[in-house]
Amino acid sequence: MASLIIAEQSFSSRLILGTSRYPNIKVMLESFDASGAEMVTVAIRRINLADHSRESLLKLLSDKKLKILPNTAGCYTAAEAVFTAQLAREALGTNWVKLEVIGDDETLFPDIPELLKAAEQLLSKGFIVLPYCTDDPVTCKKLADMGCAAVMPLGAPIGSGMGIRNPYNIQIIRDLVKIPLIIDAGVGTASDVAIAMELGCDGVLLNTAIAGAEHPVKMAKAIRLATEAGRLAYEAGRIPRKLYANASSPIDGLTAHTVAHVS
Amino acid sequence: MSVMNKTIIVFVNGKELSLDEGTTLTKFLRSFSIMPDERGVAVALDGEVVGKKAWETTFLVSGQKVEIVHAVQGG
Repeated sequence: MASLIIAEQSFSSRLILGTSRYPNIKVMLESFDASGAEMVTVAIRRINLADHSRESLLKLLSDKKLKILPNTAGCYTAAEAVFTAQLAREALGTNWVKLEVIGDDETLFPDIPELLKAAEQLLSKGFIVLPYCTDDPVTCKKLADMGCAAVMPLGAPIGSGMGIRNPYNIQIIRDLVKIPLIIDAGVGTASDVAIAMELGCDGVLLNTAIAGAEHPVKMAKAIRLATEAGRLAYEAGRIPRKLYANASSPIDGLTAHTVAHVS
Repeated sequence: MSVMNKTIIVFVNGKELSLDEGTTLTKFLRSFSIMPDERGVAVALDGEVVGKKAWETTFLVSGQKVEIVHAVQGG
């Protein structure tokens, strides 16, 4: 199986995981191990100044040798997102950012004009930009042409577990953009991930599907296998869909009795 | 030789705080147990990120908005 390359960095796992909503830290770390993921996302928030004994999430993740991808979750304007990315770069020493600019707090759909503006500004400041966007081929093409390191369209709303709602758009996006295509948000279970991979996506970014599962560690393993299965199927090249049957066994050499049925 | 330190007001993570005029960022952050070598922390003054190397030479000014952030669990 080919490895995933983003901004010249090679990953043997095609999964990127969120670090939120796990029952506890232990289950989170065990899930990361089971998933094989090499990159995880974090958010940037104000420090609670009353709490002098800050537990270091960063240390836990670094001990696991995970690459940390800060996000700009919770930002509603380009200005907020750019500021958050700059804080993240200073705090974490990385110029990589999962760019999120939310347009609506109920659906958490991205605000595309603000997203494009933020992407442009961050690229000009030397960031490696991985934008969370809608599954709109034109938007993805624009982000790719601009110089983003990947495009990350949603499969369905964040945390919804609805799967890949518009596989046809994802297929078109796959044809349109040559940079890594990563499904970000919406997957609910292993088969959703397999579908994304079979469509030709280079990877999947998810959080709730594992963190919210009844048994997160087991789901992490299932999703790891689905990622590999889906990718292998894509590389193998599936057969075209046909409406009618096409016999697998040879027609030649049938006995006299059965030949009567073959028109 | 004045013994009285003039007090200034700054807004730290949205909360009003008073402190002595002439306080450096290093000294101010140390009062919250935040050291310059701590990984994962970033500080901004009035919307501009201040790199760790500049903490020692940056003095807080009255009315300034101070943002102190770190990484938390997120998706």
